[in-house]
Amino acid sequence: MSTPTTPVTSTRSGAASPRRRILAQAAFEVGSLLRNGEQLLVSLVLPAMALVGLSLTSSPSLGPGRRIDVATAGVIALCVISSAFTAQAISTGFDRRYAVLRYLGVTPLGRSGLVAAKVLATLAVEVVQVGVIAVLGAALGWRPQASGIAFAVLFVVVGTWAFVALALLLAGTLRAEAVLAIANLVWVLLLGLGGVIVPRTELPAGVSHVAAYLPSAGLADGLRSALVAGQLNLVALVVVLAWGLLATVLAARLFRFDD
Amino acid sequence: MTSAVTLSDLHRTFGQVAALDGLTWSAPVGRITAVLGPNGAGKTTAIECAVGLGRPDRGTVRVLDTDPWQAGAEHRARVGVMLQAGGLPNGTRPLRLLRHLSRLYADPVDVDAVARRLGVTDFASTTVRRLSGGQKQRLALAASLLGRPEVLFLDEPAAGLDPHGRLDVWDLVAEQRDAGTTVVVTTHSFEEAERLADHLVIMNAGRTVAEGTPDSVTGGRSLEDVYFSLTRKGAA
Repeated sequence: MSTPTTPVTSTRSGAASPRRRILAQAAFEVGSLLRNGEQLLVSLVLPAMALVGLSLTSSPSLGPGRRIDVATAGVIALCVISSAFTAQAISTGFDRRYAVLRYLGVTPLGRSGLVAAKVLATLAVEVVQVGVIAVLGAALGWRPQASGIAFAVLFVVVGTWAFVALALLLAGTLRAEAVLAIANLVWVLLLGLGGVIVPRTELPAGVSHVAAYLPSAGLADGLRSALVAGQLNLVALVVVLAWGLLATVLAARLFRFDD
Repeated sequence: MTSAVTLSDLHRTFGQVAALDGLTWSAPVGRITAVLGPNGAGKTTAIECAVGLGRPDRGTVRVLDTDPWQAGAEHRARVGVMLQAGGLPNGTRPLRLLRHLSRLYADPVDVDAVARRLGVTDFASTTVRRLSGGQKQRLALAASLLGRPEVLFLDEPAAGLDPHGRLDVWDLVAEQRDAGTTVVVTTHSFEEAERLADHLVIMNAGRTVAEGTPDSVTGGRSLEDVYFSLTRKGAA
């Protein structure tokens, strides 16, 4: 048996700075998301196909405005929902199932660092998504209103917050399999009836009224107002902010790190 | 002798079940403490309280003079943890994961050296999801060492390993102790406890039923005899 020695603190490591820890985790999550084929399909391939499809047809009706301009704004909203909600809910649900959240909670990253890294990773993936969609849209004749770009960025950021919070609420309270099913189902429902690609004003009357209060329509309406008309849609912003606030409060109270 | 880890009169109840029922033990600085006990004795619950994943209903936990519940990043950097459930992301490869985790520390160990030492390089091209139980154990152990911890919590580190793998793990744990690290190992293996422990804790039904140096606990009898006499159903 060895003689007891007091640990020599100078040889100990200590934690990396909070900024480095969060950037490292965000980079790791982006790498994992971009390596995941199914996720790339939902995040990039399906939105791109939707954009091409809408540009080649005249149905469904997208309402007033140049069709490609309205369509591109809606597809950008779809990208945000894919990354911030569907992808994040599924990956967090399974990380919770496999005790990854517990493990990262005892590393210097910690739980708050993990949440910050997830938001950052989502924004980074969205930059890639919006870049691809913008180039594709431009090739198809998209001309966004320059005066509305700042408003569009605001909606993307606030929308990301709201949908990541909703994703964490779902992933932190249900079984991983249920999260997988619901996250995909919600994506499809919002795509069809949530006022994302097809503006809610073009949906049947009953659906249209409900959709007005959904975060999906709030985000997409806000992006359409910004990029098609160059305007700040305050009503849509309030809807998205309210969902973000509600989901954050509920997630903070109900999220369970253990499965 | 000073203690790096002190659990004092911990109570923790899940529904009707008292997982910890006045648990008290400590882990001396720079020594290996082996925690033995049957399934359901509360070993994992005790470790969870010690690493800040759980909070006792009553009692106090001190690790490096800090309450681990919601302790900051600097404290977590001083504590290495290997959880029984692993907790490693499934979709990634072992070396990418270790490199990533090492970036959470200011001055981590050499990832390649640790990976070679634990044989992680032998299965470097397999995703974590497809690793065998023993390979996952090795990877989780490697991960726990990345930040040069002052205190190392290992929840059944050698479970599911073949005899060579166990020997590798024991050598490595002893080396950590020799370098001054306080190690807390939970185990079901008498052999492991006998080989490693400088300090021995036997738990039963959420309490400590024996604690001290291995010699003082066994008093000349075999560890197995002492263990069964203390932990048989109905033993108090």
